[in-house]
Amino acid sequence: MSTVRIPPVLRQAVGGVRELEVPGGTVSEVLEGLYAMHPSVRSQLVTPEGELHRFVNVYVNDEDARLLSWLDTPVGDRDTVLILPAMAGGSAGT
Amino acid sequence: MAHSYQDLLAQAREEVPEIQVPDLAARLDGADAPLVVDVREQSEWDEGHVPGAVHVPRGFLESRIGGVARPDQEVVLMCAGGNRSLLAGTTLRAMGYGNITSLAGGFTRWKQSGNAVQVPRTLTPDQRARYSRHVLIPEIGEEGQLKLLDSRVLLIGAGGLGSPAALYLAAAGVGTIGLVDDDVVDVSNLQRQVIHSTERVGMLKGESAREAIAALNPDVAVDVHATRIDRDNVLELMSQYDVVVDGADNFPTRYLLSDASLMTRTPLVHASILRFEGHASVFLPYEGPCYRCLFPEPPPPDLAPACGEAGVLGVLCGVMGTVQATEAIKVLLGAGDTLAGRLLVYDALGMTFTELKVRRDPECPACGPGARLEFRDYDAWCAGVGRHVAVGA
Repeated sequence: MSTVRIPPVLRQAVGGVRELEVPGGTVSEVLEGLYAMHPSVRSQLVTPEGELHRFVNVYVNDEDARLLSWLDTPVGDRDTVLILPAMAGGSAGT
Repeated sequence: MAHSYQDLLAQAREEVPEIQVPDLAARLDGADAPLVVDVREQSEWDEGHVPGAVHVPRGFLESRIGGVARPDQEVVLMCAGGNRSLLAGTTLRAMGYGNITSLAGGFTRWKQSGNAVQVPRTLTPDQRARYSRHVLIPEIGEEGQLKLLDSRVLLIGAGGLGSPAALYLAAAGVGTIGLVDDDVVDVSNLQRQVIHSTERVGMLKGESAREAIAALNPDVAVDVHATRIDRDNVLELMSQYDVVVDGADNFPTRYLLSDASLMTRTPLVHASILRFEGHASVFLPYEGPCYRCLFPEPPPPDLAPACGEAGVLGVLCGVMGTVQATEAIKVLLGAGDTLAGRLLVYDALGMTFTELKVRRDPECPACGPGARLEFRDYDAWCAGVGRHVAVGA
């Protein structure tokens, strides 16, 4: 079971939690595990063709998974998988 | 047994070898120039010193030498006549500095021999008092403080991030602060936008910030740009400043700023915030990754709510805005390691700071080697026009 950190914009889709324990030995398996637990997350992260959207970054610990083996990157029990879409907020007037 | 001043001096002369003025002058031009440490008082230093020398008053020698010289480094100590530097030499030897010499005849002989003298620009007495806690830091010192006073920082937004960033940059004595914001202060801003005040509700944010900054530090000039930053004005605005602090509230502006920072080669200090979470990084054009290396594409609007829709913890702005001010000051001073190449993720609910590695993308359409960088229609692009179909939430 690795720890998956959920960004604020996805928390509603996972019942409001910040982290989840998800089974799986690779990034791909962990994401599938996450979608199995919370199906609505899939539609926010994955294109109709089944690819992860380009605006979603996935990190295994502190490394960008795209620079490792991307979806095949192995994930162990002590690893943290962090899903990171960009945030825009800054000065928001009102 | 008591020792007189002459006894101490004689003993120091035995312990600390002396270097003659012509020898030092010749060596300062060479590749293996020693570090010259001037141990005179501030007022003596202000009247002129050896070019390239470092000033450490003798009273602070023990506490500050570690910040300027390593124990194995060759150090030439100097004072006005060559006696205080000999005594200082015995102190450094006792601290384990093995390669110490003292300039015979000191600054007086240096000057009499017709060598170059640098008369430093100095802080005024008022400035020396105001910035005394900065001047004490070896990485800043008087030189660094003067550099800050000469610096110009542009803040995009005088809102959640811009408020704390502007206050701390102003307090730090950054000489010119530009504020780009066309909005007016609203009562709902005051939960986090600490540069404004209840009585200034309705005032243009830039003007409100100018009042707060003037009250805090009259050394600081404030340029108010009451406009929205866009393709037509971004290059001219950015090129007037040394560093840009991005506190924008939307993706089109963030991508515009990133591209313009590459075009003008202006360092960009980034932060973004939502609810309890903050991101921060520094984008140094063509040295480190840019915003598009990190996020090649913006998320669709439904996955990118603004703080006005999703909310933000007021104090989160304080943390992230002051991180930006810190990084801007470091970039200006050339001190320390900035967040270039790293994304700091702050989760206020868990009180965790996580660091992610960000690398330059060799295929980056903005800063990659083959990139043909030009402005695009950022609004349409971020709305997803012609890029991706909207995803269901």
